[in-house]
Amino acid sequence: MQDSLVRLLQRSYAFDHRRKYEAAAPGWSREIWAQFAEIGLLALPFTSENGGLDGTPVDTMIVMEQLGRYITLEPYLSTIVMAGGILRRAASTEQHESISTKVIDGSLIVSLAHAERGTFGSPSRVGTQAVRSGDLWQISGHKSCVLHGDSADLLIISARTSGAPSDAKGITLFAIDPRATNIDIQSYALHDGKSASDIQIKEVLVPDSALIGCVDDGFRILQSAEYETLAAVCAEAVGVMSELHQMTVDYLKQRKQFGVPIGNFQALQHRAADMYIALEQARSMAMYAAMMSQTDDKIAIAQAVSSAKVQIGRSAKLIGEEAVQMFGGIGVTMEFKAGHYFKKLTLLEQFLGHADHHLELLTSGPGLFELE
Amino acid sequence: MELQFNADEIAFREEVRAFITDNLTEEMKQGMLRGGYLIRDHVIEWQRILNKKGWGVPHWPVEWGGAGWSPIKQSIFTEELQLAPAPRPLSFSVYMVGPVIIEFGSEVQKKRFLPRIANSDDWWCQGFSEPDAGSDLASLKTNARREEGYYIVNGQKTWTSYAQYADWIFCLVRTDPTVKKQMGISFLLIDMKTPGIIVRPIQTIDGGHEVNEVFFDNVKVPVENLVGEENKGWDYAKFLLSAERVNLARLGVSKERLQRARELAARTPYQGRPLLEHAGFRTKIAALEVELKALEITQLRVLSAEGQSHGAPDPASSILKVKGSELQQATSNLLVQILGPDALRRQEDAFDDWSSMITANYFNWRKVSIFGGSNEIQKTIIAKSILGL
Ligand SMILES: Cc1cc2nc3c(=O)[nH]c(=O)nc-3n(C[C@H](O)[C@H](O)[C@H](O)COP(=O)(O)OP(=O)(O)OC[C@H]3O[C@@H](n4cnc5c(N)ncnc54)[C@H](O)[C@@H]3O)c2cc1C
Ligand SMILES: Cc1cc2nc3c(=O)[nH]c(=O)nc-3n(C[C@H](O)[C@H](O)[C@H](O)COP(=O)(O)OP(=O)(O)OC[C@H]3O[C@@H](n4cnc5c(N)ncnc54)[C@H](O)[C@@H]3O)c2cc1C
Repeated sequence: MQDSLVRLLQRSYAFDHRRKYEAAAPGWSREIWAQFAEIGLLALPFTSENGGLDGTPVDTMIVMEQLGRYITLEPYLSTIVMAGGILRRAASTEQHESISTKVIDGSLIVSLAHAERGTFGSPSRVGTQAVRSGDLWQISGHKSCVLHGDSADLLIISARTSGAPSDAKGITLFAIDPRATNIDIQSYALHDGKSASDIQIKEVLVPDSALIGCVDDGFRILQSAEYETLAAVCAEAVGVMSELHQMTVDYLKQRKQFGVPIGNFQALQHRAADMYIALEQARSMAMYAAMMSQTDDKIAIAQAVSSAKVQIGRSAKLIGEEAVQMFGGIGVTMEFKAGHYFKKLTLLEQFLGHADHHLELLTSGPGLFELE
Repeated sequence: MELQFNADEIAFREEVRAFITDNLTEEMKQGMLRGGYLIRDHVIEWQRILNKKGWGVPHWPVEWGGAGWSPIKQSIFTEELQLAPAPRPLSFSVYMVGPVIIEFGSEVQKKRFLPRIANSDDWWCQGFSEPDAGSDLASLKTNARREEGYYIVNGQKTWTSYAQYADWIFCLVRTDPTVKKQMGISFLLIDMKTPGIIVRPIQTIDGGHEVNEVFFDNVKVPVENLVGEENKGWDYAKFLLSAERVNLARLGVSKERLQRARELAARTPYQGRPLLEHAGFRTKIAALEVELKALEITQLRVLSAEGQSHGAPDPASSILKVKGSELQQATSNLLVQILGPDALRRQEDAFDDWSSMITANYFNWRKVSIFGGSNEIQKTIIAKSILGL
């Protein structure tokens, strides 16, 4: 599958292609998505009994790195890694039949709507409420920055069914139809060319069959899916960084000033070497995060993904900024590729918590070397 | 050596502040907070307000409208404008071509152009860089051939900031291809309305339109628009590149951003309380403030040394450029870090105020270590001119 993916991206994801995908609604290519389905990419993390491929976090890592190399626009992270991670863990047999099957064949886009405005750093803070109304649940609240919310055929939404606003217990997941009345979706572009939405939900009624997992037990599932997503984001960033680094090195060999390739200047050689060191450190940590995600030790996983995100954040900033600097003027233009990779890295750095945030989480843990 | 402002300088600062408070419109201020891009009408209007007060071109000689201030007062003035923040003066006009005309231009050129620059009646842009002449500026190829009272100009400039608004462009052109590359360059003033000039926009990564390509196809320029002597343009360009030195560090820009960082952090919840209350965050702000203070004192030292040596450019001004640009970039990144997840949004009116432009600004501000002699070039100047390496 990896080979098919590499071939597909080489063939159909040159930068000019990407530009076209971005420009036409929905801002990514349904054709590419169908081909992802064909080569099994969308089935990867699901279990074989539900039509999946039993892929591991390491398999996801390999895929995400490739997707990062081409700064792809398709909703793989949101639909397959995030929403898929939740479905795999919590969906019922009926839900696998009605939802997962369609995700796998490429006909259903699912987005997770969890974060709310102002909850950064407090992942269990959920203000959206779900209350019993006869046999149904009535959901009200708002969600912020839902990735690909405008393309979603289904939303998995977290809502509070009991407890105080920040309690880990009392969060429940529901599958809702984004086209239902009383759901207002405001979509906007992100700096990496993808889109996201702010969502207002007003007294939307859903039956028990919309529950994903058990009542009050959603946070555990959200958290596991988030760790998996973090590991995937790290791998994606490694793909972006390695491509950007390669582009920079090629440019150093090709761009001439003062009669020589600028790569002849040792001032730039050392910086390209520093970028390479940062890239390899990041790659190591992305691998570490993916490998640890396969274990059962929650604390170890949490520490591994946070420490990976710290390293990724730092490497991404260094590589992104240095690449732009070494490209000079063309590094800050839309027309040229490098700037888009820089922007993508800046976003991945901020997504699901920047380096400072994950450092903060690490300072309250047992320490990376005391675990053994 | 004085490392603090004296009473006179403090009184001066108060006077400048009061003037800005009385005259800067809220619209101009918001325009600066949102992007820091030059908004044409604001730049022109503000320049005229300053000029009326006699502060339009304070760093010029008094006979051409200068204010006769010491370098320190000039830097106080610049910093107060940046802190406000008021529209930045068009540096290509008041810091670049103006001083070159004053130093090397003819009497006719001075009378014709200087008052119009001071009052922002003409908008100038800078035609130095070319696709293959960036850091190696002297290798530029745009050529000017002399023919019956005219120079005929052919070639291409690029990265020309705000050429889309420009009435005039000052250009470095090759007038003698047979000599060492620095020796065959001339400095020409070209009316942008002349037939044969085409301006093509370049979009920057933040989505803005700031830079352009400018093409010259048999453009006829009267010989009286040559500045100084033919083939001496490189000397004038070097003079020009050091002329913005009182403004190189742009301390006010970084200070103003730090101020906003505190403001934003005070209203940004993190782990259930304002980010500004977190020790880790405060350490970050404090560390940047230390660096900025060090740069402020360094600038004072450079400027007071200059005051004594009557304005000869000091290679130490490269310190101001390098460190100043790094701090402008660090403070623009700090704002991104405060936004956290909201930094992803591109929508310009995503939030009610300037915070929606923070990420775009961070992207855009990568330019300050690239243009005007990249930081690598500045460090080479330090290594060669100061350290003798
Ligand atoms: C504690 C210690 C133990 C050592 N043990 C051993 C040992 O067991 N066996 C042994 O053979 N040697 C040993 N060395 C020597 C060591 O290998 C040399 O110090 C080293 O090779 C540098 O040589 P140098 O000291 O002559 O410095 P130089 O080579 O003169 O270098 C001076 C500085 O210039 C830099 N520099 C030099 N060339 C370049 C270049 N082309 N580009 C950029 N920068 C450059 C260097 O990095 C250094 O910062 C030891 C040195 C130390 C300090
Ligand atoms: C937003 C923006 C606005 C601009 N506005 C104007 C304008 O109005 N008018 C104008 O004339 N120009 C303008 N410029 C152009 C600017 O001055 C050039 O971009 C700059 O001189 C660098 O040239 P370059 O882009 O060709 O990069 P290059 O010169 O190709 O440099 C690429 C990289 O190599 C490095 N490098 C080059 N030589 C060396 C060396 N010897 N040692 C070590 N490193 C080296 C550079 O520092 C850089 O990191 C603008 C640029 C930008 C980005």
